[in-house]
Amino acid sequence: MLERAPTEPLLKVRDLNGWYGESHVLHGVSLDLHEGETITLLGRNGAGKTTTLRAIMNLLPRRSGEIRIAGEDMMKVPVHKTAYSGIGYVPEERGIFASLSVSENLMLPPRVGPGGMSVEEIYHLFPNLAERRNSPGTKLSGGEQQMLAIARILRTGVKIILLDEPTEGLAPVIIQRIGDVLIELKKKGMTLLLVEQNFRFARKVADRFYLMEDGHILESFAVGELDARMDRLHEVVGV
Amino acid sequence: MTMVFGIPLPALLGQLFLGFINGSFYAMLSLGLAVIFGLLRVINFAHGAQYMLGAFAAYFCLAYAGIGFWPALIVAPIVVALVSAVIERTMLSRLYDLDHLYGLLFTFGLALIFEGTFRYYFGSAGQPYRTPSLLAGGTNLGFMFLPNYRGFVVVASMVICLATWLLIEKTKLGAYLRAATENPQLVQAFGVNVPLLLTLTYALGAGLAALAGVLAAPIYQVSPLMGSNLIIIVFAVVVIGGMGSIVGAILSGYMLGILEGLTKVFYPEASNIVVFVIMAVVLMIRPAGLFGKEF
Repeated sequence: MLERAPTEPLLKVRDLNGWYGESHVLHGVSLDLHEGETITLLGRNGAGKTTTLRAIMNLLPRRSGEIRIAGEDMMKVPVHKTAYSGIGYVPEERGIFASLSVSENLMLPPRVGPGGMSVEEIYHLFPNLAERRNSPGTKLSGGEQQMLAIARILRTGVKIILLDEPTEGLAPVIIQRIGDVLIELKKKGMTLLLVEQNFRFARKVADRFYLMEDGHILESFAVGELDARMDRLHEVVGV
Repeated sequence: MTMVFGIPLPALLGQLFLGFINGSFYAMLSLGLAVIFGLLRVINFAHGAQYMLGAFAAYFCLAYAGIGFWPALIVAPIVVALVSAVIERTMLSRLYDLDHLYGLLFTFGLALIFEGTFRYYFGSAGQPYRTPSLLAGGTNLGFMFLPNYRGFVVVASMVICLATWLLIEKTKLGAYLRAATENPQLVQAFGVNVPLLLTLTYALGAGLAALAGVLAAPIYQVSPLMGSNLIIIVFAVVVIGGMGSIVGAILSGYMLGILEGLTKVFYPEASNIVVFVIMAVVLMIRPAGLFGKEF
């Protein structure tokens, strides 16, 4: 690992622009994510939250700006090497493979760094998955699929996890469970970048928030300032 | 003499077995096509040419280097796989982002170029390829005389199909292949080199075709058009089995070979079209094929 000044963020994004074909969807997004910190992108549908994650993972057809992980310039790193900088992605649609069993889904992502959880630890954390390890991935419930999508990244030894709306469409009791898992991960020092529309959920795990609209970052604030900004949030996020 | 539906039993079993041999080639070839289509979404019209190249590679090995059948069984598929990997990397891979029609047209053109070149140098007549001496002769099964080599082809094709199925369904590499078939971008984001996986898959499919070509050399003659004669039927087999379905390709390959053999006994006039009639019926009843998933 490169030596960094203590203030240097683990993930640093500066003036990030992104395009889908001709349409310019990210306009100069900048954000900092420090080691062990959890930040949450808030915003309406179409504000550019998912696109920001995809741009960080180099999954956009075209992007420009600056992305650094632990000081390393990520703009020239090809897609399949991005994960090896210690970053894992849990997409909004969860991306569980139907033609793979639960355990094959779990074992699919290659180990990209030291310190990943062992399969035993993962099955201990998610007992439901252990019971169903031989079922096809898509026979799981929505909540179990979400847990599998998180679990398989925990195996890989990444330091940063990008989580896109992990609570979407799930029952409150499952959301609670996922919240517990994320808090557990934070305690272990994991760095998280969360996209959420549900800021009642996000406030339990996030240290800071970034508010997005139309591909721009409007503002950022710490979790303690959330209550004071509720009116503004309702106006921008609309929930 | 025992008769079944007015047909002498030995004649019936004989045609059944011939059908099984043809089915072995249908299965091996449609398997390669299904593997390639599954991941690359390319309808590989060069598959017949790659089969022909495999047979010619074995022929060249013997004629110019004195390399016999058994080593050729390994050398020829590797050579064809390497040539195909280069073609995929330098040309075919540029077409993935375009309409699927471009991949089809490209591989079709490729097939014409290979077949045309070989026809220019070797003419349309076939070159004979000697049966390996270990498998010369035959065995009397009581109801029919089985040439040993043909028996070997049937067993070999089953081993090849089973091994390919195991590779795809039971190994880590196979899990990457299946996952990348569903969502290549995500697999790549996990740190898997998907472009390399595509090249390997194309080479594997082409290598399977070439292996079938080597096995075919002692049975059919080694001729530039041997692939194009076969490939149309094989495409029908793939459509019947379900595009991209590995199991479907294997099972319908054997099934249709046997069915074709039976048709030769009961109504020989229809034996050339029976596969296509079945294809039409399957397309009407189950458009995704017998083993395909409905999209």
